This record gives sequence, structure tokens and C-alpha cells, in this order.
Amino acid sequence: MPEKEGGVVMQLPLARSRRGTWWVTPLLGWLGVGLVALSLILIFLYAPTDSVQGQPQRIFYLHLPAAWLAYFSFFLIFVSSIAYLLTHRTGWDRLARASAELGFVFTTLVLLTGSIWGRPIWGTWWTWDARLTTTLILWFIYLAYFALRSYVSDPERKARYAAVLGIIGFVDVPIIHMSVLWWRTLHPQPVVVRSGGPAMPPAMLLTMLVTLLAFFVLYLFLLVEKYELERMKDTLVDLRDQEL
Amino acid sequence: MSVPSAVRQLAAVVRKDVVLEWRGRELVSGMVLFAVLALLTFNFAFDLTGVNRAVAGAGALWVALIFASLLGLGRSASVERMHGAWEGVLLSPIDRGTLFLAKLVSSLLFLGLVDAVVLVLFAGLFGVPVLRLPVIGIVALGTIGLALLGTLLSPMAATTRAREVLLPVMLFPLAVPVVIAAVRATVLVLTEQPRDAWAWIQLLAGFDLLFLGVGYLIFGAAAED
Repeated sequence: MPEKEGGVVMQLPLARSRRGTWWVTPLLGWLGVGLVALSLILIFLYAPTDSVQGQPQRIFYLHLPAAWLAYFSFFLIFVSSIAYLLTHRTGWDRLARASAELGFVFTTLVLLTGSIWGRPIWGTWWTWDARLTTTLILWFIYLAYFALRSYVSDPERKARYAAVLGIIGFVDVPIIHMSVLWWRTLHPQPVVVRSGGPAMPPAMLLTMLVTLLAFFVLYLFLLVEKYELERMKDTLVDLRDQEL
Repeated sequence: MSVPSAVRQLAAVVRKDVVLEWRGRELVSGMVLFAVLALLTFNFAFDLTGVNRAVAGAGALWVALIFASLLGLGRSASVERMHGAWEGVLLSPIDRGTLFLAKLVSSLLFLGLVDAVVLVLFAGLFGVPVLRLPVIGIVALGTIGLALLGTLLSPMAATTRAREVLLPVMLFPLAVPVVIAAVRATVLVLTEQPRDAWAWIQLLAGFDLLFLGVGYLIFGAAAED
């Protein structure tokens, strides 16, 4: 419980002191570190060099997991938004906040790695290719999400509005993708998810899967950390409001 | 709730909006003027009277319509919140889904007027044959798409201090399918390739149906104070 001394709160009830689950973030963190190290070794020392693209092709091992996680984050926002509107529990809004921040970071990574990869391969920093364009629009939807959150001051309304935008945004993304795809196509055809099986040699496939796992564990670690941070922020705001 | 009473409530809200606009008559006239000026500017920027006027014209037409819609949707939402009028609407025993449909119908009435004027002027000024049923159909579907998104987003933007900025920031990325599909379909129809336009028209129709359903379900969360 917080103790007061001269009107100043001396101790915040830190959520991480939940005895049962203290081990989650250290586990995820160390596992993530290990897997990232392993995937780096695989990417640079184990995976064969692509015969057509050469060394730049290795960016793919970062680019693809980042893309999947960017879209997965948005899916998390979608689920949390629905859950928040149905239950009005702040925990869901916190999850949405955490996923949004991570998702934005990973979307930025997708765009950056894609651009860096595209420069030697396609000869240009940017093309209006279908997937790049859709990811760029997703990036802007994330920005809109943050803009909405920052301009609304009332916390309940902020959470509710963000939930509405989260739902609309996620429902829209497939349609955005469809419309952009019909409008343009330049991106390399799907290499992994295809009916005949992935068109990659097994060594590359293994590297990609390990990197994907590494990124996912890292993502979970960051998600839990961010969620706890948001919980502490919320507690701080509540305490400050109580004092006023 | 029974359908007849829902229709009555819907009609009441729509009538309120129409009467409000009729008394002031600043929203529709403002939107029309804005759209026409935008077209004029586009003509100077891209030469809409040249050989490629069908292609350039379709793009200019839709950008003009989008900006006019933004103006209209933003204005009507913020005007409604003056003097606590919106609280009055929320206090009335109207189902939030019905309220969404009512606001949608009101927006469509105003936007439809703007569309009609802009299309006629466009046909007259640039000699592009836009007053044909396929083009009018595409404009209708696209406008419905913009109105759907706007009706959902503008109540949220209207409560913030940065409403003029926030509504476009939210609307533009989400309206990308409408923009792409409407412009592509219009260009294909104007360049005598109607069969290729059909896929885009279906995309527009699908978008509209989808967000009609989504909007009906979540408007309450967006509209409540």
C-alpha cells in the first residue's frame, strides 16, 4: 500500500510483485536473447546464399517475421478492442496500447528493411508495389490510432474511441490489401505460404523459422513488459487522482 | 424494437438534420463551392481538357469529392455538438444502430446533392461523359463508402480539439479502397472498358455492405459522450 510522507507517495504497488508469475518476463527475455543469437548465427553462417540475389537476400529473414508480427499486432489490437467494448475492463485497453506500440515499431521495421532490401534488388528505395503500399497504409492507420489516443483526454473515452478505430482498421486491412493488390503487383510471389509447399531449400526454411520464433518470443517479452509499464502508468494516474 | 418505430425514429433524426441544414444552408453550399474550386485548381494543375481527360478527370473528380465530404462530415458533426444538442439526441430513446443509419442517411442526402452538382459541372466544364448510369452508380457507391467511414469517425474527431486534422488523418488511410476502386472503375467506364470495371464495383459494394454492418454494431461506442 502506498505510504505518504509529507504528501508524497513513497511506494507504488508494483504489479510485478505478483508472486505467481514473476518468472514470465525473465524467461521470455533470456529465451528471446538466446533465440536471437541462434538465428543470427543461422542467418549469416548457416543459410546458403541466394543464387540470384546474393547476400542482400538475408534481409528477408528479418523482413518476413517483422511483417507477420506487424499484422499480428494489429490482430491483437482488434481482439482487445472487441473485448474492451464488451467488458470495459482496462486490461484489454492496456493490451491494445502495448500491441499498438509494438506493431508500429515492427511496421516501421518492415518498411525500412523492405526499402533496404529493395535498393540492391530492384534498384530503387521505394516502389508502389502491392504489399509495400498496404504496409505503408497500415503504418498510417497505426499513426491515426496514436493521434486519436493523444487528442482525446478522458481516459474512458480514449479507450473506447481507440477500440472503435482498432476494429474499423482491422476489418479494413484485408480490403485495403485487395484493392492495392489489384491495382499493382511487383512483389516477389509468396515464397512460404503456397499450396505446393515453400519454394525454399530446407536450410533457408529452417533459418527463417528459427528467426520467426526468435522474433515472436522477443515480441512476447516486449508485449508483457509494455503491458506492465502501462499498468504502472495507470496506477500512477489513479493514485494521483486520488490525492487531488 | 419493431421496424416501424425504428423507421419513425430514423425519419425524425433525418428530418432534424435536413431542417437544420435548410435553415442555415451553409453546409451543402460550402461543400459544393469547395468541390468546384478544387476541380478548378486541378484543371490548372493537370489540364483536364487534354487528351487524357478521362483518366485525369476521374482522379480529380474523386479527390474533389473526398475533400468536400471531409469538409461536410466534419462540419456537421461539430455543429451538432454545439449547445449540447448531441446530448439531447443521445438522451432520446433511439437505438444506436438506428441512429447510425439516420446519420448515414442525412450525410448521404447532403453528399448526394454535392455529387449531383459536381457531376453536372464536371460534364459541362470538361466534356467528360460522366452523366451516365455506370458512372453515377460508381459515384453513389463510393460516396456511400466515404459516408459510412465518416459517420463512424467524425463523432470521435468532433470531441477533440484537433478535429479538422484528426478526421482526415483517420479517414484517408481507411478510405484507400474506396478511392482506388472508385477511381479505377470510373476510368475504366470512361475509357469504354466496363467489364473490367465490374470487379472494382463489386469491391465497392462489398466495402459498403461490410461497413454498414460494422457501423451498425459499433456506432454506439463512437457516438456516446
